[in-house]
Amino acid sequence: MSSLSSVASLAADTLDAPPLSLGELTYRRFRRHKMAIFGAIMLVLLAGYAFIPALFISEKYANYTDTGLRLNAPSLAHPFGTDTIGRDILARTIYGGQISILIGITAAVLEVLAGILIGATAGFYGGWIDAILMRLTEAMLNIPQIFLLIVMAKFFAGGIPDIHLLGRTFSGSVLVIMMIIGLTSWPYLARIVRAEFLSIKEREYILAARATGTPTYQIIFGHILPNCIAPIVVTATLGVANAITLEAYISFLGLGVRPPTATWGNMLEGAYNYIESAYWLWLFPGLLIVLIVLSINFLGDGLRDALDPRSRTV
Amino acid sequence: MNTLLEVTDLRTRFHTPEGTIFAVNGVSFTLHEAETLAVVGESGCGKSVTMMSLLGLIPIPPGEIVSGKALYHGKDLLHLSENELEHIRGKEIAMIFQDPMTSLNPVLTIHRQITESLRTHMGMDATKATQQAVHLLDLVGIPDAARRLNEYPHQFSGGMRQRVMIAMALACMPGLLIADEPTTALDVTIQAQIIELAMRMREQLGMAMIWITHDLGVVAGLAERVIVMYAGYIVEEARVDDLYEDPRHPYTLALLAALPRADRRRGQRLKSIPGAPPNLLVESKGCPFAPRCELVAEQCWAANPALRSVATDHRTACWFDVKGMQL
Amino acid sequence: MTRYILRRILQAIPLIFLLSVVLFVLMQNIGDPLATMGGRTVTRAEDRKRLERQLGLDKPVLVQYVYWLVGNDWTKVDLNGDGIPDTPGTRKGILRGDFGTSLISMGQPVLEVIWSRLPNTLLLMVTAEIVILLGSLLIGIYSALHQYSVLDNLLTGVSFIGYSMPIFFVALVSIYIFSVYFKRWGLPYLPSVGMYDPDVGETLGQVVSHMILPVFSISFISFAAYSRYVRSTMLEVLSQDYIRTARSKGLTRRNITLVHALKNASLPIVTVVGLDLPLLLGGAVVTERIFAWPGMGRLFLDGVSRGDTPVVMGILMLIAVAVVIFQIITDIAYAWLDPRIRYE
Repeated sequence: MSSLSSVASLAADTLDAPPLSLGELTYRRFRRHKMAIFGAIMLVLLAGYAFIPALFISEKYANYTDTGLRLNAPSLAHPFGTDTIGRDILARTIYGGQISILIGITAAVLEVLAGILIGATAGFYGGWIDAILMRLTEAMLNIPQIFLLIVMAKFFAGGIPDIHLLGRTFSGSVLVIMMIIGLTSWPYLARIVRAEFLSIKEREYILAARATGTPTYQIIFGHILPNCIAPIVVTATLGVANAITLEAYISFLGLGVRPPTATWGNMLEGAYNYIESAYWLWLFPGLLIVLIVLSINFLGDGLRDALDPRSRTV
Repeated sequence: MNTLLEVTDLRTRFHTPEGTIFAVNGVSFTLHEAETLAVVGESGCGKSVTMMSLLGLIPIPPGEIVSGKALYHGKDLLHLSENELEHIRGKEIAMIFQDPMTSLNPVLTIHRQITESLRTHMGMDATKATQQAVHLLDLVGIPDAARRLNEYPHQFSGGMRQRVMIAMALACMPGLLIADEPTTALDVTIQAQIIELAMRMREQLGMAMIWITHDLGVVAGLAERVIVMYAGYIVEEARVDDLYEDPRHPYTLALLAALPRADRRRGQRLKSIPGAPPNLLVESKGCPFAPRCELVAEQCWAANPALRSVATDHRTACWFDVKGMQL
Repeated sequence: MTRYILRRILQAIPLIFLLSVVLFVLMQNIGDPLATMGGRTVTRAEDRKRLERQLGLDKPVLVQYVYWLVGNDWTKVDLNGDGIPDTPGTRKGILRGDFGTSLISMGQPVLEVIWSRLPNTLLLMVTAEIVILLGSLLIGIYSALHQYSVLDNLLTGVSFIGYSMPIFFVALVSIYIFSVYFKRWGLPYLPSVGMYDPDVGETLGQVVSHMILPVFSISFISFAAYSRYVRSTMLEVLSQDYIRTARSKGLTRRNITLVHALKNASLPIVTVVGLDLPLLLGGAVVTERIFAWPGMGRLFLDGVSRGDTPVVMGILMLIAVAVVIFQIITDIAYAWLDPRIRYE
């Protein structure tokens, strides 16, 4: 891409065709990004994997323990083997996938909401509001997220009781994990949003809107925000991957979602004790995590390319 | 006069996702020792690409030098290895560019940027190179040269930076200096200074110059010969006086007519060239200037006129004889 | 330049204070120090009250914070828990280096506890950082110079996969291959537990061989991410006008790449690397758990799960301060490296 920019400067404006709309341009660039398409397809497949077989396999089965069958290697009856208390791993990866994906998306949504709220407020109003909010943001960014998560997970452990929804039971810890991941991830996005607001705020069309008496909330939501959608979308997408990974870390350390509710992360808890003897305990959930994070990364990269023409291409 | 550089049928293209850009389409010219040649044309007509092709500075891919020969002291520049080219660049043929701010490395001292040429090409040791660098800065008119040698580009003003670039280019006393619009980004007053400096250096070193510009006003007084380019083709080639007094191509006529003149009547409109810059994504079948030419006729669309001689040392690529015309 | 440094340092001080407040508030709720300390014996209401007064936990949060910050040896506290403050306190506060005593390891000063583990973690992290820097520079520069070549595309693909993997997966897979399978195949295999083999002792060779897998696990992901970043930074730099000038001067490719380009590319790279510290630390926690490496990460985990508040606080505070300091160093390094800032 670097050589193309110098070509562009060497050659004259050559396009005789009518200019493409922003949407069309975006779609074209996206289409050219084959990896992003691949990522999107993988995501659809993984989501399908997590939700469609659930129509045939009940959650009861995924949680059904049969200690007589514990630690069985993959076989026809249990294609992914069984875990330390005899549960079928394949079924657990299906239901675990649902929770992992759910946590990823919800945490990302929380992150976006909090990040936009704080970043927009700081960027738009400036002054001491900005100073305080930014000091707070900086403080949070200075503490490695995992440490915060560990502490918060311990604190809120057992805080929320089991939830019964749609005939299924979810451990309350799912909500806890969602919340703490979302609430510790916003600083990154808040900084980006604030930077965008700071720069867009000074642009002429904003001054024009203010001069014509447009109410503040309309300026924020109708004028400024739509113009910084690009970095928000990209960060949000990558935030889902981040959240899934963090959930895996936390669960791996034993502080995450409590069984019997399965997630791809908590299936890895304690699996390192069985590295030699039972590789299927960690291989399958681990691979699934890698696949979904990889797909999201591909997708996010493609989105970044498509939405931000000035972004650095890799 | 001896021939220094002989370019024959140079064709350069770029392969982009939008298509192939036909940037240089069969350019040929000759340059003699100590001669100054001006290359005139609007943005995108291929003047820079031509010169950069000669020195192998075109990124390949997406660029491609499809054909051509460029004989310099008997060697064909277009078919030299990168190694051999490295020995010619900076040492025998030097180049200066348009924007001195971005053309100088912001994190290296001027000292470093000048002496590295001296040490690479002339094998000078550090002390000698430093001495020579101070001498060069003096030569191009930088006051307090010894101290300023250790400063960084951002500590110089625009005009000074261009002087530094000239010093860098002339360090190894090249036989040919290619100047790619060196004054376009500068104030008019500084422009004059830089041109005067270049002329002085040319005298002292007896070097040949190729001066690329889109400004016909600069050419007079600086060059001995001029080539006018359009859409990657040479459309007219003449001695400088002949070009101004006896232009023979509609494009040249239009360029001359567009020059703001002090002796025009007040209130008279500036004459611009109608139409848009050419689309380089297609290899034109007819004359590339046809869409904008005031004298266009049927045959102009059908075939592309080749350069033909119309007077001594004067060639033009037009089907018609536009001698004596005025737009 | 010196003004800039001073300014950065001054800015950092209120930040550190803010951090200490945030962490302190966080810690208030981490667990029940009484339960931790007293074990199972403290159940009677009177005993709880007494312990509370002795530990100063009955005071308002603000007072507790002040004591924690500057100690209480300048005031009287209730050491015997009878409700009357009559003895001068013994704590000096963290500003004077007293982080309190661990609730678990029998009153051992927190700093001592941390100090015994810190070097081990540093060993892993510093080595990892060096590996990451060197590796990503090499691969990134190579990829930039050979853009779109087969190897470049391959490396890009591998990098993508690499930084999509969670650390423990990298660790598990590498243990599986280099430890378990190599052993099975009779090849010399890498150890995966602890810092050294207790039978052989803590020799240099032992530590080094035990370090390989953990360092690999921590660095693999960052290395994958950075080589892409170096590549794209180099590409951007290489397309700049001054590189074209350098080429027109006939300088060697080596000179152009390593001096003209790299010096410019190093500026954004320095920023990114400097901000990597928190991530590395986080990675250390997980890695130390898997490899049973006796470092600060494990100490932290143990402290959290067993409610040893002072130790946890101590570690968090140290980490936060370290991150702030590192950021300052990075900013200063950047300002120093970029002549446009250094010589205004």
